[in-house]
Amino acid sequence: MTSRDDILASIRANLPRVDRPLPHVPLFDESPPPSLLSAFKKSLERMGGIFLDPPDTGDVLAPVRAKIASAKVVCSTVPEIAGNRDIARVDATQDLADVDFAIVRATFAVAETGSVLLSDTDLHVNAVAYLAQHLIVLLDPADIVVNLHHAYRRPEFRDRHYASFHTGPSATADIEGVLIHGAQGVRSLSVLPSPRTL
Amino acid sequence: MTSPAEQSSGSAVLHPEMVAAEDTHAIYRDGHRLDHAEGASKPFRSQPEPQPRGAKVHGNRPINQAEAAARFIAAPEHEKMHDERLWDLRQKRDREMHHIPEWEQLRSLASAIKEHTLTHLDEYLDQFEANARANGIHVHWARDAAEHNRIVHGILSDHGAKSLIKSKSMLTEECGFRHYMASVGIEVTETDLGERIQQLDKEDPSHIVVPAVHKLRTDVAKVFADTIGTDPDNNDVHYLAEAQREATRPLILAADAGMTGGNFVVAETGTFVVCTNEGNADLSANVPKLHIASIGIEKIIPRLEHLAVFVRLLSRSALGSPMTQYTSHFRGPRAGGEMHVVLVDNGRSERLGLEEFWTSLKCIRCGACMNTCPAYRRSGGLSYGATYSGPIGLIIDPTFNARKYSNLPFASSLNGSCSNVCPVRINIHEQIYAWRRELVKRHDVPLVKKAAMKAAGELLSRPVAYRAAIAAADVALAHLPRFVIYNGLNAWGKHREVPHPPKHTFHSWYQANRGGKQ
Repeated sequence: MTSRDDILASIRANLPRVDRPLPHVPLFDESPPPSLLSAFKKSLERMGGIFLDPPDTGDVLAPVRAKIASAKVVCSTVPEIAGNRDIARVDATQDLADVDFAIVRATFAVAETGSVLLSDTDLHVNAVAYLAQHLIVLLDPADIVVNLHHAYRRPEFRDRHYASFHTGPSATADIEGVLIHGAQGVRSLSVLPSPRTL
Repeated sequence: MTSPAEQSSGSAVLHPEMVAAEDTHAIYRDGHRLDHAEGASKPFRSQPEPQPRGAKVHGNRPINQAEAAARFIAAPEHEKMHDERLWDLRQKRDREMHHIPEWEQLRSLASAIKEHTLTHLDEYLDQFEANARANGIHVHWARDAAEHNRIVHGILSDHGAKSLIKSKSMLTEECGFRHYMASVGIEVTETDLGERIQQLDKEDPSHIVVPAVHKLRTDVAKVFADTIGTDPDNNDVHYLAEAQREATRPLILAADAGMTGGNFVVAETGTFVVCTNEGNADLSANVPKLHIASIGIEKIIPRLEHLAVFVRLLSRSALGSPMTQYTSHFRGPRAGGEMHVVLVDNGRSERLGLEEFWTSLKCIRCGACMNTCPAYRRSGGLSYGATYSGPIGLIIDPTFNARKYSNLPFASSLNGSCSNVCPVRINIHEQIYAWRRELVKRHDVPLVKKAAMKAAGELLSRPVAYRAAIAAADVALAHLPRFVIYNGLNAWGKHREVPHPPKHTFHSWYQANRGGKQ
């Protein structure tokens, strides 16, 4: 017998003989917040993320341009901002080790937790979202769902090979509870509301 | 606007002397101190003190948890910091719970989903395997720890891989994975900060979520000075964390393969989910071309809609943080990459057949039961001398070795707090009690405890004698000199004040006041 057969046989021999039906899971969305964007912002900031307020007039991308002004290596996967490291020409993930800022677009966001979903389609090379020193995420305010129950109904979890909720930057407090941003991954995560341009 | 719950929770302090006056390094947003991830809700500060080490392990001999706990308690800076930090996590968990009106319903749903899945475990594993294979994932099955280690070694050998970066996984601890890899010449680097500290110190993790929570900053400074060359006189936490980041990054970039565990496995999509705060699992999975995930067979759930329930509960229960910083869903290899999943039994299928204990397989490894447990908080995770410590350890460890871990189910006051905070509603304290009975039945209980229990059993079986003994004990407690109660032989008198004995027993009060009214 293979290990697979052995394990499955052992499970079958030991299955508890009790009836446990699968429960229905509600969406828990009876009282949504008045503004999904405001709720998202509040949740994101609690988790150590930075919400970039776009200016009322003029260049909506100004807060992003200000952030990357003095950066040496910028890798952008969005058409709105040009970087100087072309992700399409990256052969090995190690080539991204010197990236200061990565700029990507979120597939969608979750108001409840302040999370943005980044998938392989958005990132092109998954490692860019972790090897960069700082991450800037563009988010269409129309792409915010109220909570995780709604989030898991999204099609990306069925058609992407990789999808990750980022909820603030890399963090640790493994030493005496002292909070550190940039434990191993990005030192900061900023989100700018920015409608998708078609 | 802050709710009454926010105002009232998260503020209780157990050891005021551990709270630092100033906190120049804290991170603030809009005037609010950030305490997400495992960040403390208030500044703590310790004084240097040599680190007490864990239980002495002698082969198959029963672990003397009380002996190791006594040494931990004898190091007051360590004991108080540990107690304070874990209680802080517990209070943050309560704060989060009060934000979610459906919290208790989520716990019931989580329990029901897990019980359903465990009673159909063969079907869901079969479904996961088919879907994962269809997505291009290689699926392996390991009966036990040795087979797991051989399989992973085989995959690494096939790729000529000599170095491996990995994220924290209790399963690989259970399998003695790092020891095995060292014996076959593969260099393993842990990438979680706490786990890396423990690896460099050649010590096991003491907590399933915060592996180095039993260490003070000065202990970490010493480990790093000895291993990665930091300044031995600098114990600034930001300096230490940054030094570790800089030392680990080149190892991440050069690694031949990456390894992660898995918090959840979704049968319908063939997905596995990994939760971390540091992003280290995503580096391990996405930087090298080869990704291996080791996952216990009990981690499976049927559908994506169920995942929402568990993700909402996990980090809130563990750390009082609404979400882990990273919750990553792996459904297939990336372009040019290769992905393997090793499904591990290692005693789980047999545990499924234990009528009183099978629901321990619902555990999602959040650590909430450890954070709330007064015995765990005061004794440190390494005192248990086992992979799993704290309340969940007491009911899992004896399934691995009933003799070696025979003392552990006694390291509890049976107060039930663990069961009350468990996000999947495992009746932990009842199972602890059931294990005591089971071990007595199997004659796996140490002699001293057996003699004490025999005497107690005789007393408890004779109500008149019991009442006389209790009345006598209360009189004795009220009149005994302090040194008789607070001596080295009475564990319950150590570092705590015994409650004032009542003037009457309940029985005598009832006889006097209500006895005639039946």
